[in-house]
Amino acid sequence: MAAVLILFAHPVYEKSKINRQLIDNIADLEQVTIHDLYEVYPDFDIDVTHEQALLLAHDIIVFHHPFYWYSVPPLLKQWIDLVLEHGWAYGRGGTQLRNKKIFNAFSSGGSFAAYQKEGHNRYTITELMAPFDQTAFLCKMTYYPPFVVHNSHLLSPEAAAAFANDYREIITGLRDGRFSEGDLVSSSYMNNLIQKPYSL
Amino acid sequence: MGKESFLIQAIVYLSAAVVGVNLAKRLGLGSVLGYLFAGIAIGPYLLGFVGEEGKELMHVAEFGVVMMLFVIGLELEPNLLWRMRKLILGLGGVQILVTAIVLGSIAWLAGQVWQSSLVIGLILALSSTAIVMQTLSEKSLLKTKAGQSSFAVLLSQDIAVIPMLAIFPLLATQQNNVVSTSFIGHLPGWQQTLFVLAAIGGIILAGRYVVGPVFRWVAKTRQRELFMATAILLVFAIAELMIVVGLSPALGTFLAGVVLANSEYRHELESDIEPFKGLLLGLFFIAVGASINFGLIGTNPSLILALVLGLVIIKGVILYVLGYFFDIRGDQNMLFAVALAQSGEFAFVLFSFAGQYQLLDEHTISILVAVVAISMALSPLIFVLNERLIMPRFFTKRKTKRESDDIHETHPVIIAGFGRYGNIVGRFLKANGISATILDNDSDRVDLLRKFGFKVYYGDASRFDLMKAAGAESAKLIIIAMDTPEQCLQMVSMVKSHFPHLKILSRAYDRKDAYDLMEAGVDNIYRETLDSSLRMGTDALSMLGLRAYNTHRAARTFLRHDERALTELLNYRNNTSSYIKVARERITELEELILSDMKDTEITERDSGWDSDALRKAAEAKRPNIQ
Repeated sequence: MAAVLILFAHPVYEKSKINRQLIDNIADLEQVTIHDLYEVYPDFDIDVTHEQALLLAHDIIVFHHPFYWYSVPPLLKQWIDLVLEHGWAYGRGGTQLRNKKIFNAFSSGGSFAAYQKEGHNRYTITELMAPFDQTAFLCKMTYYPPFVVHNSHLLSPEAAAAFANDYREIITGLRDGRFSEGDLVSSSYMNNLIQKPYSL
Repeated sequence: MGKESFLIQAIVYLSAAVVGVNLAKRLGLGSVLGYLFAGIAIGPYLLGFVGEEGKELMHVAEFGVVMMLFVIGLELEPNLLWRMRKLILGLGGVQILVTAIVLGSIAWLAGQVWQSSLVIGLILALSSTAIVMQTLSEKSLLKTKAGQSSFAVLLSQDIAVIPMLAIFPLLATQQNNVVSTSFIGHLPGWQQTLFVLAAIGGIILAGRYVVGPVFRWVAKTRQRELFMATAILLVFAIAELMIVVGLSPALGTFLAGVVLANSEYRHELESDIEPFKGLLLGLFFIAVGASINFGLIGTNPSLILALVLGLVIIKGVILYVLGYFFDIRGDQNMLFAVALAQSGEFAFVLFSFAGQYQLLDEHTISILVAVVAISMALSPLIFVLNERLIMPRFFTKRKTKRESDDIHETHPVIIAGFGRYGNIVGRFLKANGISATILDNDSDRVDLLRKFGFKVYYGDASRFDLMKAAGAESAKLIIIAMDTPEQCLQMVSMVKSHFPHLKILSRAYDRKDAYDLMEAGVDNIYRETLDSSLRMGTDALSMLGLRAYNTHRAARTFLRHDERALTELLNYRNNTSSYIKVARERITELEELILSDMKDTEITERDSGWDSDALRKAAEAKRPNIQ
């Protein structure tokens, strides 16, 4: 069983609906650590040593966050800036994260159609994930496709619950090594792996 | 025993003081009572170390009172006086008049002529500035409403001594018999008055225009002890001048103090005089204890007892009633009445002054002096009684009873202490929609808070029943923000033993206090000065040109480091069982702290993810390969 670290960053968690449901639904899983960054570091004062130790203790890292301005909330960016140190995560001697897996899990108000070349966001999710993909690459990690909840503001309670179940299925699947590495690398969405693909 | 050397006498007094005060403090009785008991113990009626020279000593020790008034004067800036004018003139003036009339009437009914009755009334109306100020400041009650009012009344009493000294000669019926010790005693009354006014005017003018340049001149030598000598010289000189014109030295120095309150040397003077003042005051209290004439009391025990009780009760009742009219309520009014119910040290001076003018006969004076001395000795005791028996029974319970019926609407948070620390916490919580149950032992504050809809319980929060009434059983958090570290610690141990489910957040006064709280098992400790001093340091760095975000990060890192060092040093502190002096321990600890600041790479190599130096080096190391 692999150990999964959920780096959860949500500045207004108390107001979020879908993210709360997603997190609640995996909270009881074994070998899954949920690390609520805004709760631990309200003052952005990240304990780098502690964070690096956490990374070393896990095999699969998840950046779990709402999708703000095509990116992560600022605390998670701060986390990336400070924790992934030169000489530790990348650069000469920076091999501590080698072969770990990483992906983003996020909710987005926009629809699947909006994130197409013809849609009003003009770029696909895969394209927009390029900075994270490259960050993982520089740190010698494997970047997996993102788990995405589109239309997050319009979800019915049933649909939200379904996504929460999907998330749980994906996290347990990854933890237990149920997916093939080939599928993982080639899919555009993590959602596809459990046969819940988005389509136009 | 009067022939003994100065050293032996000094040893007797000092050891009596050391033992007496220490014992009294341990019993929670305050230093004044300790000095008084020490005086009684070494006095002629118990151990007999001190005989007749006790009287002489009294004269020396009265200098403590003189210095005290000088220091009080120094602390009285004119605008403070102006702000307190209503209390000083109103409450103080009325207190003196009413008390003098009531006590005087009793003396008149007891068969004194009206002049003597008036003199007795006026003298006994005064309270003891020395005892009250010392006791109130020891119990940190000076800033309360009762403390402020007591201070104002004492002040107006001290000032009232001047007109009294002027009136007594006019009341005298047999002026030819006066054996005056003062230089101007042989002059007719109106000329004496003129001299007195000239002396007072001289002090004011000298304080304004002469003392400043003299101090500047002395300060230039940069010899601290010379400055101290000048300060004492000033006090002595004024005292002598006052004795020459037949006034109380204490008043002269008080006046000088007020005049100098605005001078730039005020704090220097204060700290120079302070230790002498403290010691001499102690000596004064010992002398009061030693001079209580137990022989006289022995022959008239019931009369003296009745007089003392009558005096204290009448004064107390008048004070309580007046306090009520001047808007002092509840426990504060009780405290006010209890504080000022005795008679004061000026009585000794004024009685002998009145004796000189044949206004009172020898026998009456010695009885009244004994009564005054006993009332002074009793007053710290009454304080303690009030604190332990009256306050909790009549002022706390009444309010808790009133509250106990709506226990069901309890809040998740209890705040113990709503002073300058707790009020910020409470307001912040309230601003965020969290109501807290507040416990505080200042009834005025309690009334004010209730007006704003805070749910406040009056009383000592460290009492189990009060906590229970406040809903401690169903609350989640307790915020301990009481005024002194001792109170906080006491509160912690009470909560830990009776309400273990409560999460404790405690204010800590300093590192030592934080250690004590950690040892008491408190997890959430907030050193009250830490955050604001770091903010100040941050601003200082910014003003020196460092970037704001950099200094902000530096402060965060330092804070984290300091908290960690605190826990690490806790063990260190426990290991050094050999620490002798607190100061020494502090220095070692500071040294240890600074060392750990220097060792912590987190402080020196902060935020390296944003630091391009490492990247630049790596890039430069690669360059030869590229070329």
